[in-house]
Amino acid sequence: MNTQHNMEERLWNYIDGLSSADEKKAVEKLLQDNADPIAIVWREKYKELLEVNSLLKSSKLDAPSLRFTKNIMEEIAKLHVAPAAKNYINKKIIWGITFFFIAMITGFLLYGFMQMDFSAAGGSDLSKRISQFDISKFFNNTWVNALMMVNIVFGLSLFDNYLSQKRKKFRKEA
Amino acid sequence: MSTGLSDNEIISQVLNGNQQAYAQLVNHYQNYVFTLAQRMIKNREDAEEVAQDVFIKAYKFLANFRGESKFSTWLYTIVHNSCITFLRKKKVEMHSLDNEAVFERANNIDSGIRANTVEQKSRQAMVNEAIAMLNPDDAQVITLFYKAEQSLEETAQVLGIEATAAKVRLHRARGRLKEKMETHFSHEVKDLN
Repeated sequence: MNTQHNMEERLWNYIDGLSSADEKKAVEKLLQDNADPIAIVWREKYKELLEVNSLLKSSKLDAPSLRFTKNIMEEIAKLHVAPAAKNYINKKIIWGITFFFIAMITGFLLYGFMQMDFSAAGGSDLSKRISQFDISKFFNNTWVNALMMVNIVFGLSLFDNYLSQKRKKFRKEA
Repeated sequence: MSTGLSDNEIISQVLNGNQQAYAQLVNHYQNYVFTLAQRMIKNREDAEEVAQDVFIKAYKFLANFRGESKFSTWLYTIVHNSCITFLRKKKVEMHSLDNEAVFERANNIDSGIRANTVEQKSRQAMVNEAIAMLNPDDAQVITLFYKAEQSLEETAQVLGIEATAAKVRLHRARGRLKEKMETHFSHEVKDLN
């Protein structure tokens, strides 16, 4: 059964022109070898599959009713082609949102690092040096809160910008 | 009434406001789209309705066609999605083996009707009949590959699957079609050999 399945698959690939050059040669050799009883089986199967292939190619397309095109043209007369998605998706908005989230994540990470007690870790030089570095001078809770506030204001202004663009477009169309 | 323009040229004309140019695309692809829909939906009236919707949708979203693939491939993707949506809505049984109508049809073929009519059928009619007995997925992959002028890669793109998966699906679909032909049209198949 497996061999039969394998033979059919190889022959279909050969018929469809999907075989590699080596595989094509191998199949051709199998089909041409007159004396070999396996080749006889392969040739019979090949003939059978070729017949199915030609039947499939000969099958006809169905036609819809005569009014088909007219119906469609009448329908589309009431419509307009919608603008391409890439035209109404503003790249600035996408970049703004990306920046907003990256800034948020960075803010949270910094806040998290500030809460960590590096002096409690092992006494390696690196950890000592890190513990000597007073990050809270640069980033404290107020600093992170301010960063978050800036992000929110930035996000809201982008959203407002987007809405005003839509409003302008709508007015133009009207 | 072919103007000799390529699909992309016609699309440019439509996008520049020449709505009537779209009729050329409809005329060229209507049989392909309708056949695909009919072979999936198995009902002429419904297939025609879906095929019309496909062309209307394609018109509405024509600006989204970027020309990265053939227009036909893009159009058949809409056919595929529309048929799937339609079948889901209608809750049509997806497997033809469980479909009573198809059983009835097959029984009719096996009965006296067959002796009188099927023997006189052309090769094309026999194949079409056998394809109609297949489940929608099998019928679709066969139609796309053999009739809709789609390569294996394009067929895979329409179906939203990998080319290797499309190859396996096509292989299995042909196997099932062969079984159907041997079961229901054994005399005709023998005559052809």
